[in-house]
Amino acid sequence: MSSQLAASATSALADAREQKAIRAPQAARNTTNPRWRRVLLGLLLPVTALAATEIAVRSGLIPSHLLPAPTQILDTLADLGAHGLLGHIGASTLRVAAGFGIGALLAVLLGAAVGLSRRAEALLDPTFQALRAIPSLAWVPLLLLWLGIDEAPKLVLIAIGAFFPVYMGVASGIRGVDRKLIEVARLYRLSNIALTRRVLLPAALPSILTGLRNGLSLAWMFMVAAELIAASRGLGYLLSDGRETSRADIVLAAIALLAILGKISDGIMAAIEHRCLAWRDSYEGAQSR
Amino acid sequence: MSIALDIHITEKRYGDRAVLRDVSLQLQQGEIVSLIGASGCGKSSLLSIASGLDRDFQGQIKMDGNPLNGVSREIGFIFQEPRLFPWLTVAQNVAFDNDGDPRLVKRLLSEVGLDDHAAALPKHLSGGQAQRAAIARGLFTQPRVLLLDEPFSAVDAFTRMKLQDLLLRIAHEHRLTVLLVTHDIDEALYLSDRVVLLDGTAAPALTEFHPAPSPRKRGDIGAAELKAAILDSLHV
Repeated sequence: MSSQLAASATSALADAREQKAIRAPQAARNTTNPRWRRVLLGLLLPVTALAATEIAVRSGLIPSHLLPAPTQILDTLADLGAHGLLGHIGASTLRVAAGFGIGALLAVLLGAAVGLSRRAEALLDPTFQALRAIPSLAWVPLLLLWLGIDEAPKLVLIAIGAFFPVYMGVASGIRGVDRKLIEVARLYRLSNIALTRRVLLPAALPSILTGLRNGLSLAWMFMVAAELIAASRGLGYLLSDGRETSRADIVLAAIALLAILGKISDGIMAAIEHRCLAWRDSYEGAQSR
Repeated sequence: MSIALDIHITEKRYGDRAVLRDVSLQLQQGEIVSLIGASGCGKSSLLSIASGLDRDFQGQIKMDGNPLNGVSREIGFIFQEPRLFPWLTVAQNVAFDNDGDPRLVKRLLSEVGLDDHAAALPKHLSGGQAQRAAIARGLFTQPRVLLLDEPFSAVDAFTRMKLQDLLLRIAHEHRLTVLLVTHDIDEALYLSDRVVLLDGTAAPALTEFHPAPSPRKRGDIGAAELKAAILDSLHV
């Protein structure tokens, strides 16, 4: 009798523990900060900095020809908007999209080959690691020499910028897959293709997406480098034009647009990452009260 | 009764070190056998060889008298950790084998007490629930032999007892032949028809103990005597 009671108590205790494990994530969700609070927190620093700059410039502490007030930059943006700003934004965005697309696609293919095959690693990786060490601007003279000053050198430079973070993310992500998961997959006699599709790529996805996100942010940087050197349209061209005409307001307007566009594209990538990696059981940072 | 699994390992080496030498173990159809021994004595290596995952050894594994070359749908394997694929739901994990019958998933989840968690991700499961899901996955190919490598060592004592009873029920219902590696002598004595003490390179490599016939109760006096004998053999 007493052993039955003990077994029943044991069973109830274990059940309660398992139910608690299911309820725990729900409880965590209920206490999560509202999204708007995070957005406001993120805006706090730039808004404060802009307000301080506005006051400093309006009060004459900072000369406006060196650092125009934010409201003056807004006026400049409105003025540029009436004179083809969208065309500049569109040109830069298209270059980034095309360059990043080409670079990321090649990086995924070659990174996967290096991650999956030791022979491919021995063949390709030493060369890629050497190429990765070359500063971006070192490519410019060569690309201009080979490809002229049209779109091709710009796209290639952006693709080079995007390539290496994505390549590293894919190759190291595949090599970092838990061997124990692969052992489970081997029990089910998966072919190499099925193993790659069903286990290696999903398991490497966190690293791949981090690589893509870093690659996209570098694509924006390389786009500016490309447009500063030879372009008649684009945000890099606006930067160059502002410098040549001593218009700090145009330079800052272009910088502000680069920040906004970079943030939007990174936000899109972050949203994709969040959606694709909803399964990940990772630390989300401590909540301050 | 016929022999379901016949394991004969002439030698298994890791580099210069032999971990198993002249080990022969036969499992009768429907028998539950526990393999115990000190750390590093070759228990997990033997299980890995029996599963077909490790083919780098000298010897032969036979199932129903036929040589086994590599992994087989007839042999299920439950690891020490659940090893669920974190990006798949519980149901998708259970049905990971593409050749299995998808209609089985619901029944297996019901059998292991996870009916309500088919759509849950592994991160939302407790350790015990995750191991239940792993057991359901191990049964999805409808194996006749189930190999378990310290499957309950990572869960607390209460959950372990529940999982042990679950294993007994499932082994009976599915008429499974079971080879269980464990460090827990009480677990081995409660679950097994036969307890085999392994010292991979000693002679003899295997010493056998026979608990009372099933059904057994936890903490039987006979089990206590056997436990003392096993501890004595382990020089503990």
